[in-house]
Amino acid sequence: MNVYLDHAASSTPRPQARAVLLTHLDAANGSAAHQRGQNTRAVIEEARERVAAAIGATPHEVVFTSGGTEADNLALKGIIWAARDARRTTPHLIISATEHAAVKDAAVWLAERGDATLDLVGCGPDGCIDVDQVLGLLRAETALVSVMTANNELGSINPIAELAAALAPKGVPLHTDAVQAIATLDVNVTRDQISALAASGHKFGAPQGVGFAVLRRNLPVVPLHHGGGQDRGVRSGTFATALIASVAAALDATVAERQQLVIRLNRLSDKLAANLTTLEGVRRNGPVDPTRRLASHVHLSIDDVAGELLGLRLDALGIATSGGAACSSGATTASHVLVAAGITGTPLRLSLGWDTTDNDIDTAITGLSELIPALQAHPGVWA
Amino acid sequence: MSRVLVALSGGVDSSVAAALLVAEGHDVTGVHLKLADTPIDAPPGHGCCTLDDAQDARRTAAMLDIPFYVWDLRDAFHSEVQAPFTAAYATGTTPNPCVTCNEKVKYAALLGRARTAGFDALATGHYAQLRRAGDPVTTPGPNVTLHRAVDRQKDQSYVLYMAQPEQLAHTLLPVGGYTKPDVRDIAAKAGFRVAQKPDSYDICFIPDGDTAGYLEQHLPVSRGPIVDTDGVVLGSHDGVWRYTVGQRRGLGLNHHERRFVADVDATTNTVTIGPRDALSCAWIRIAEPRFSAVVPDVSELKVQIRAHGRAHEAAVTKDGEALHVRFLEPVYGVALGQAAVLYDRDDDRCYGGGMITDADRDAVYGPRHG
Repeated sequence: MNVYLDHAASSTPRPQARAVLLTHLDAANGSAAHQRGQNTRAVIEEARERVAAAIGATPHEVVFTSGGTEADNLALKGIIWAARDARRTTPHLIISATEHAAVKDAAVWLAERGDATLDLVGCGPDGCIDVDQVLGLLRAETALVSVMTANNELGSINPIAELAAALAPKGVPLHTDAVQAIATLDVNVTRDQISALAASGHKFGAPQGVGFAVLRRNLPVVPLHHGGGQDRGVRSGTFATALIASVAAALDATVAERQQLVIRLNRLSDKLAANLTTLEGVRRNGPVDPTRRLASHVHLSIDDVAGELLGLRLDALGIATSGGAACSSGATTASHVLVAAGITGTPLRLSLGWDTTDNDIDTAITGLSELIPALQAHPGVWA
Repeated sequence: MSRVLVALSGGVDSSVAAALLVAEGHDVTGVHLKLADTPIDAPPGHGCCTLDDAQDARRTAAMLDIPFYVWDLRDAFHSEVQAPFTAAYATGTTPNPCVTCNEKVKYAALLGRARTAGFDALATGHYAQLRRAGDPVTTPGPNVTLHRAVDRQKDQSYVLYMAQPEQLAHTLLPVGGYTKPDVRDIAAKAGFRVAQKPDSYDICFIPDGDTAGYLEQHLPVSRGPIVDTDGVVLGSHDGVWRYTVGQRRGLGLNHHERRFVADVDATTNTVTIGPRDALSCAWIRIAEPRFSAVVPDVSELKVQIRAHGRAHEAAVTKDGEALHVRFLEPVYGVALGQAAVLYDRDDDRCYGGGMITDADRDAVYGPRHG
């Protein structure tokens, strides 16, 4: 078996992204004055226009980054530090309890340094935040609210447009980590009144190592990387031309195929979940309403099976899945998301992507339907 | 060929253990255990040792082309090793956390997991030898005996004394037959980045070796007297957990004579100090011994009473479930809580052992005590 169901960790590069990556590998420096430099810059700016159009921003609101983590850090630290510099009071920051570590750890770090005061807003058992709870935490000094578009583990979609609409009249900017959402969800910063956004290419068919931040006009942001000031002065560093062209190509393809993909992935993920939840002690987590969960995600709780053992056996079967967000050491640790949502049992995330086939899903169903009861029947010594 | 799970710490010994198993033709899978969190005083900007170790272990596995997993055992490590370590010091004893870890997390417990996961054996980079009918063990199976390592300087049979016969039957210790320089040589030839990685000597969750500093963060100040062997108060201490029997430094007393901690009594919150003679100990008691072999009821054995130290000749007798160990020559500085491990007369084969639960303190208090 060779079934890849870990697209939420890294998806397969799309053919369009592969092609332009090779085309632009020999690009000159995009900041150089000569003709070759100008040609490179044209590739970068065209990519910027395409990304902007795909996300509902203007081109100069797009900043290319090394990925989602950098984009999140740029938004959180950049906006909070700019607010601190502009006001006399310590800025107040609200994030959801289910944020990816790129947001959560940056926010906690800012708070521990005394650069911000921090409030975390909890989530329901479905992993979604409640807009009124966020609004209840607002203060005069609130400088930023950061709530992810969709959760990376559960696939829960947050009411971002509703939240942004409520924050806009109060003049509070909303940053959203859209890293997990963009592959299957139409995100538009103008329509949804989003002030800042983070995206990562390898989640929607670009290579690893490239992403982008959207930072709306009139939103002051302090740069994190100082140097040549290449990207709007907010992000220094030589343009990664091939990667930038590649992320734009992947995003174009994603937007063009998204509607069809969502229909297909909803069918496949529902089939996967429906079959596996017929097994004893297996539950699907996340929102029940299919419009509130990503088409790509199936998150299960499995009773009476050790996570490490399940991971070992699945890997031996050639079925690539995730027990949770992978930490730096590679261990699968107790997830703050599942704790916040009150979810128990051994977690198993199966995430689908643009090249997932019916055959992949059928193979996974067969493999897991044999494996899970077998492991439950022979729990052995584990504690 | 057997299916072998090898515990890869990220050090040179376990890397070479894995390499030897692969060379012997076993079907090998590597696992790295995430045990302790980053020390809070780790310098910022430098990845913690734990992360570097995990990375090194992963690299070894990749070079050997074997599957590799990281298991998060921080909760078990904290509840089974770190918390009891602190609690033991609070009762005036001196625990050996490596012994506890091997029993509760790293060896015995991991072996249970390996068996559950369908492996025939667990292998580690411990320096100790397994033999079957006198020959080195290279495949799992029954009738295995535990012996000191070829490299006596590195021998770790002491921390594996709790291994039961059925556990030894599913254990492989590939590096026990090699000297440390041999192991480094094998690692260098294999191109492992850890070939020259320094050995770890300290308690892994106290990397700077400052045990008192670690305990300070976890135990309250509890002031009590420091007395001499006649009961004369010489000074005061901030907690019995700062002291270990045999300790000489850090007593904070101006004394011309060389003075040692002779006893630590948590019930009276008293530290007793005395000259070296006061450390003399004729017998110890092991309340709950564990054996990997049948030990004759009365026998002359060698008994090792601390991790780094020689074994002493002793007569060992059973006392119900407990063991009574009488040394042929007095030993000095026996701390309760340390493991006493029994070897044969040749000081080669390890029979088992247990935690020292009582010890002769006549030299401290006179013959009536205890």
